[in-house]
Amino acid sequence: MNLLRKNDLIMLGLSLVIFAILQVLITTKVLTSFWELNLIIIGINVIMAVSLNLINGYTGQFSLGHAGFMAVGAYTGVVMTTFFHLPFIVAIIAGAVLAGLLGFLIGLPTLRLRGDYLAIATLGLGEIIRIVIMNLDYVGGAAGFKGITHHTNFAWVFLIMLFTLFVIKNFVNSSHGRACIAIRENEIAAEAMGINTTKYKVMAFTIGAAFAGVAGCLFGHNFYIISPGSFTFLASFNYLIMVVMGGLGSITGSIAGAFVVTFISAVLAPWPEFRMIIYALALILLMFYRPQGLFGYMEVTSMGIFRRIFKRGHES
Amino acid sequence: MSEVLLKAENVSIVFGGLKAVSDFDFYINKGELIGLIGPNGAGKTTAFNLITGVYQPTTGSIEFAGKSIVGKKPYEITQRGIARTFQNIRLFSELTVLDNVKIAFHSHVKYGLAETVFRVGRYFSEEKQIEEESMKLLKIFKLDGHAYDQAKNLPYGAQRRLEIARALAAKPKLLLLDEPAAGMNPQETKELMEMISWIRKEFGLTVLLIEHDMSLVMGICERIYVLEYGMIIANGTPKEIQENPEVIRAYLGGEA
Repeated sequence: MNLLRKNDLIMLGLSLVIFAILQVLITTKVLTSFWELNLIIIGINVIMAVSLNLINGYTGQFSLGHAGFMAVGAYTGVVMTTFFHLPFIVAIIAGAVLAGLLGFLIGLPTLRLRGDYLAIATLGLGEIIRIVIMNLDYVGGAAGFKGITHHTNFAWVFLIMLFTLFVIKNFVNSSHGRACIAIRENEIAAEAMGINTTKYKVMAFTIGAAFAGVAGCLFGHNFYIISPGSFTFLASFNYLIMVVMGGLGSITGSIAGAFVVTFISAVLAPWPEFRMIIYALALILLMFYRPQGLFGYMEVTSMGIFRRIFKRGHES
Repeated sequence: MSEVLLKAENVSIVFGGLKAVSDFDFYINKGELIGLIGPNGAGKTTAFNLITGVYQPTTGSIEFAGKSIVGKKPYEITQRGIARTFQNIRLFSELTVLDNVKIAFHSHVKYGLAETVFRVGRYFSEEKQIEEESMKLLKIFKLDGHAYDQAKNLPYGAQRRLEIARALAAKPKLLLLDEPAAGMNPQETKELMEMISWIRKEFGLTVLLIEHDMSLVMGICERIYVLEYGMIIANGTPKEIQENPEVIRAYLGGEA
């Protein structure tokens, strides 16, 4: 018990040190604005990947509509700040609530489906969300929403990302999270052990959707314009790739996946023609040599290196 | 008179044109150890699935502790106090042995979502308790040495024991064991028999078990039901069952 709290504190301390270093590098302009933008995108992608991992990796429900919930968060957020002039944090909460609510309403009927059927249903629903937004003149329709105030900066993204990781990590390391994992492992046995499988599937879906809404809101306030074109099913696939690359069922993996995918895209930005080839090659090689993803089910806190470094901390 | 814990009356289930179980009448008193036997395909596992809510009976009533459980979902029935194991082992095979048991404590956890997410309140004390109780159960089933191994890497007999340990973690009043000794060697079967008798006393359980191993059934069951073609053809003490001509016919064949 104390060990858990100590691990939390160590991780929090480490994260804050990383945050401080990066923030200093950004403020002193050592990192160019190009890299600052990429750091922000990595942060947003981490939130997306971790929240999708809760649905796909931990609960084992194959969802392909995550970008749809991101769109809901993004548009709710920008409407809040642009039309109603509400503070950014209120916009983020509103985005989370609305995306979560929609996740709940969509999850209730669709989570009766399994495997491929669920994937297709969520893919369709994600597209429906995008097309509805595209046809809403109130939010700019297909041309996009213009005149957004720029609110998102590295500090916001990093701290909200930390909060997301904290919440999802605590969720999966609890009886509720174990219920979700049990559903992934064997739904019939899970139900026989007294787990309300429908409830936990919908719960995971709702929480995942809510955090996608948060990520969407951060994404929406990062530019001066957002358009429905940013939330196609290709975007959903992109988040799925991050999750699979990192390891279904590992938070550390999702962070790594989001980082690697975004980083590769950024580094290869000057050679767009090679980007997709290298990206595809990396995935093929990964699937050949490490089909469980970079981390599998492992977390950094349970790995030997972490234990060795912080051994003294544990004993004292 | 002892108290009736589970009572099924006229339970039938029809799959298409096939009556898998028909007019299934039976009762279990509190604290009894009952065996359910019958040739392959007689409907024993179907009877289990009816009791645990996996299937809904076409007709008939099933009462547990005085309340009807027909129409209830499997998880609701487990929460009321019936836990089971599976004939074809259904462990959470990628997870550790310890996590397998911890999962089954689910319906007894009181801490809520907010306490989970922000790690306050009862979270730590309850998690600690779950861990301790899980380890205690693993020790009983001689699995504590494997607590951090993946369940799929356990030897077969140990996987069977883990299934029972996991079912017990749900703190049932009635434990249903579906062929607990399947695939075990005689030595393991003997140990299992002793273990079943012991846990029954220790946890104050009522046990219903399906088994093909006659030495196990005859050795520990107080009463036996015999099922053939979905119908109960006999019911009585092991001695009565062994001498029942209907049962002998069902098992050995012969003129009816």
